[in-house]
Amino acid sequence: MSYSTGEIWGIILLLGLGTYLIRLSFLGLIGDRPLPPLITRLLRYTPVAVLPGLVAPLVLFPEATGGSLEPARISAALATLGVGFWTGNILWAVLAGLATLYGGLALLG
Amino acid sequence: MARTSGKSMFLRGMRDGLPFVLVVGPFGLLFGVIGTEAGLNLAEVMGFTVLVIAGASQITAISLMQENAPILVILVTALAVNLRMAMYSASLVPYLGAAPFWQRGILAYFLVDQSYALAHLEYEKNPERPLGEKMAYFAGTMMVTAPSWYGMTWVGAVLGEAIPDSFALDFAIPITFLALIAPALKTAAHVAAATTSVLLALALAWMPYGTGLLVAAVCAMAVGAAVEIAMEKRA
Repeated sequence: MSYSTGEIWGIILLLGLGTYLIRLSFLGLIGDRPLPPLITRLLRYTPVAVLPGLVAPLVLFPEATGGSLEPARISAALATLGVGFWTGNILWAVLAGLATLYGGLALLG
Repeated sequence: MARTSGKSMFLRGMRDGLPFVLVVGPFGLLFGVIGTEAGLNLAEVMGFTVLVIAGASQITAISLMQENAPILVILVTALAVNLRMAMYSASLVPYLGAAPFWQRGILAYFLVDQSYALAHLEYEKNPERPLGEKMAYFAGTMMVTAPSWYGMTWVGAVLGEAIPDSFALDFAIPITFLALIAPALKTAAHVAAATTSVLLALALAWMPYGTGLLVAAVCAMAVGAAVEIAMEKRA
């Protein structure tokens, strides 16, 4: 990471302010005006539209392995997805992923 | 319905929010560790957690910072993760819109996934409750959750400094994201959006400054909405 202290705090403050304004938007500023249905539909998918694209290269080309596929990390990713999907529980999914990662690294690494 | 007071609604909100400590606490811990491992100091990690108070977008920012992405790209991507909160904000207006501005201003800061989910459910069930009781309930939901988020982030940041590199914590970021995504894949539309996001992000990885991810995200949102509309037509 090569940002100056000032830049890091700039990111923190602007992200904090932006997030606050998103939260305040209708409640504080826009008021009781219904969102157009199309906008509601689009907003519903924001997390699931951003996060998978962000995570895919991190899983497939991890920097720690010099950017090559690695079985322990792939297995950990699949275990996290599987447990998260079946249990719907974020905590169990993280634990399953970490257990698989460390198990895999111990066995294969 | 039995008569309730603001105080008892506050306590009920607190009780209903309690189970979320089990989710928010470990997530805070994870963010603290991730932030420290990425090279942030304690004040910066706590700055994120207190000022942004939105874990997924904080980890998004840190993940992009590790790739030395331009600041504008970091901000746009991390804020995109939080856009859903505009929807939360809009859906609470019918219940809380009449509260004084300063109260709505404070409440907005605490409008996170957990408080929104609890409050919206409660307001839908009991829309006739007085405004003061509604506000008290919301405040109650965050009374335990927010401090556990701050506190556990701090613990994670302190721990993170002590954890050696051999623990492969680089992979804590992908695991956390996958754990957040998996339970959200509830409908065909969500799965379609997630798949589009992955495929386009990989295909557009050549685009400069992480802008490929933004294009992928916009297309994925459109695909999610389009599939939702198609499913409704079929139903």
